[in-house]
Amino acid sequence: MTLNRLKQFIGSAAGRASIALALVLIVGIIFNANGAFFRASTHRDALRQASVYGMLACGLTLVIISGGIDLAVGSVLALVAVCSAKMAIHWGWSGWLVVPASLLIGAACGTVSGWLTAALRIQPFIATLSMMAFARGLAKFASGGMKISPTMQNADGTYRNVDVPALFRRIDSRLLGENVSVVTLIFVACVACAWVALARHRWGRYLFAIGGNEEAARLSGVPVRWAKIGAYMASGLFSAAAGLCQAAQEQQGDPEAGTGYELTAIAMVVIGGTSLMGGRGGMGLTLLGVLIIGYLEKILSINAVPDAGRLMLTGVIIVAAVLTQRRRRSS
Amino acid sequence: MAATAQVFSLQLGMSSLSRIQMSTADLIRMRGIGKRFGRVTVLEGVDFTIRSGEVHILAGENGAGKSTLIKILGGIYQDFEGTVEKCEGDVGVAVIHQELSLIGPMSVADNIFLGRSPTRAGFVCDVKQREEAARWVRELGLEIDVQRPVETFPIAVQQLIEIAKALSQNARVMVMDEPTSALNAPEVKRLFDLIQTLKQRGCGIVYISHKMDEIERIADHITVLRDGKLVGSTPARELPPAKLISWMVGREWSEQFPRRTPTLGKERLRLESFDVPGAARQIDLTVRGGEVVGLAGLQGSGASELLLGLFGAYGDVITGEAWLDREKKRFTSPAQAIANGLGLLTNDRKATGLVMSLSIIANATLAGLRELSPGGWRQPDKEREAAEKTTAPMKLRAASLEMEVGALSGGNQQKVALAKWLQIRPKVLLLDEPTRGIDIAAKREIYQLIDELTGQGIAILLITSEMPELMTLSDRIIVLHRGTITAEFTRQEASPEKILAAAMGAAA
Repeated sequence: MTLNRLKQFIGSAAGRASIALALVLIVGIIFNANGAFFRASTHRDALRQASVYGMLACGLTLVIISGGIDLAVGSVLALVAVCSAKMAIHWGWSGWLVVPASLLIGAACGTVSGWLTAALRIQPFIATLSMMAFARGLAKFASGGMKISPTMQNADGTYRNVDVPALFRRIDSRLLGENVSVVTLIFVACVACAWVALARHRWGRYLFAIGGNEEAARLSGVPVRWAKIGAYMASGLFSAAAGLCQAAQEQQGDPEAGTGYELTAIAMVVIGGTSLMGGRGGMGLTLLGVLIIGYLEKILSINAVPDAGRLMLTGVIIVAAVLTQRRRRSS
Repeated sequence: MAATAQVFSLQLGMSSLSRIQMSTADLIRMRGIGKRFGRVTVLEGVDFTIRSGEVHILAGENGAGKSTLIKILGGIYQDFEGTVEKCEGDVGVAVIHQELSLIGPMSVADNIFLGRSPTRAGFVCDVKQREEAARWVRELGLEIDVQRPVETFPIAVQQLIEIAKALSQNARVMVMDEPTSALNAPEVKRLFDLIQTLKQRGCGIVYISHKMDEIERIADHITVLRDGKLVGSTPARELPPAKLISWMVGREWSEQFPRRTPTLGKERLRLESFDVPGAARQIDLTVRGGEVVGLAGLQGSGASELLLGLFGAYGDVITGEAWLDREKKRFTSPAQAIANGLGLLTNDRKATGLVMSLSIIANATLAGLRELSPGGWRQPDKEREAAEKTTAPMKLRAASLEMEVGALSGGNQQKVALAKWLQIRPKVLLLDEPTRGIDIAAKREIYQLIDELTGQGIAILLITSEMPELMTLSDRIIVLHRGTITAEFTRQEASPEKILAAAMGAAA
């Protein structure tokens, strides 16, 4: 009986992703870089580095399950990084204002993307590609093309330094005896929110139904338009959280931040086992995908694999992971 | 198209001859065919012979093993028990599926020669391909422009294009899997005429159908499968319908379903001067509680669109007036219609009825989810309970309610689609082809359910393209022709001839 259940688990998407994660960890144990892999700080940093991507992956999971895609997450991250840095550093706003304002900016971008696809019926790929360009441009406009950092130019051309805002220092700190990054905790909170929405709220069921068969969902009374706009808005919110964390970690707002992050985040969602066709997947799977890619990156970096090799290997491993998933599914 | 009709009338004349003087030679002999998936045996010791110039009906309920046999015949499954012997060299087999395998945006010619276009130095020789394609299409009595994209033609024509493609590949055996499910009566007749032509060319035809009248019209030989085993194989004339049905279901019963006399309640639905642009005009009708009103019509009658329009699926383009329980209503979205107690079972469960990737519970509760999740928070236990309750009266055969709907048989999928509408406790149910593509046992169960629902005072508007079903279930029949009502009959007045005449637009 238990053996049967084990077999069933191994055959499921969650089982496959778990096995992949286990393999990655075994590779880490073997290539442990003289014991570096066994240090707590290594794991803390692996999780922290994966967290920003992971937040983007949370929003993408919602959008992808509804049958869409959001390419704008990296650009929205940059826009929010720039704006939050401007508010916190230049204008000296308190965190109680910066956080809601940042989230609002992210949500607004997502809502526009959602409105373009759900109401104007522009293909999600195109709509979010436009938003990707627009948000990046807006980030550069807002920052004047410069990084927004605590080093500010005076009117006479000299420079002065202002303090790093408390909000950024708080986000970039560690808790529990320096063992957990606050950024990781924010990521965990994002996962929890997305999981609750998908698995426990009516809206989550609607997203699955829309991704599986939009017309059937509509004819069953599902408010397709609102559910979809909501998914893109949520994606914008999670991107904003990622943007805040990015700005806090860099202690500056870089308009070039997050370039290419959308692809890593999509890879995390897909490796977890959520279908790009929509209708199938889940937040647990995405968490596994985030851990797989996060640990992979960390293991390659502690073994000092050069960047060129790292990128190529990452590409190969993504394909391998997706191929094993497919082979198991067909048999 | 006028020329087409002529060609076919000629061929019809010949076909009556061909029935008598047919020379039959075996084309393909399948012996002792068996197939297993894991520990499940889906076929066991089946013999099946296809002869030239013969229409061989393959009958059986859903899940009897018909499609597995066809997949072995078509070479899709290479791994099976038994032998497939091709008697005249390499006999080609073409399978014409319910879902056509043509590529919509490509031209007719490109489709016919897909993957084997005539080429010169590696480039497709367009002129030659066009001429060849036109020749094959003409051979079937079709006068169409082969450069037009396939998707611009109606389904019936697309089916003929697929047959032309099969012929051009020298296929001697043609497998047709419920080819008439999307065709109207004249189109069916044209297809059957074509089948006669194919017979004369020495083709062997394997025909899968759930429709008794079709089987009676074209069968030469009938093979019946049940639970993966061969029940019998006999010339058609030796197998009267009652016996065929008993072979299929394994027990004798009368084909007629006794609908109990309804107790009619108050008026539940009334339409006045109801218009669905481009589909239906000036529709006036009423349905009372406990009543089944059948909407009859051929393809293009606008009946399906009328139901979709009433249900709010087209948004706010509808004009005219609708009353539900004597209250004037106007639905501009399905969500509104559902909130007011209207349910619409669509005519295509795969495309518009169910979410195949979701569980039975998720599908059965989708329309009523708002009520089942107060404040937006879902309550899985309540959902399960609700799904158990709505599927209970329909003998759903599923391993568990968590199963994906896509893994169920057609009949069971249809029951889940119906369960979804029972969940909202409807006042009026709109049923569009409630038994399309499902086996006789499941059909009967759905008839039973319709009977029970009307017993609870629900009003039902029913569309069906099967005359016996229409006559069996309807208390009143309204006939549509090109979007307008041409006749209305009570149960006693109605006869298939009168209905068909009205549906074809003949003056009463």
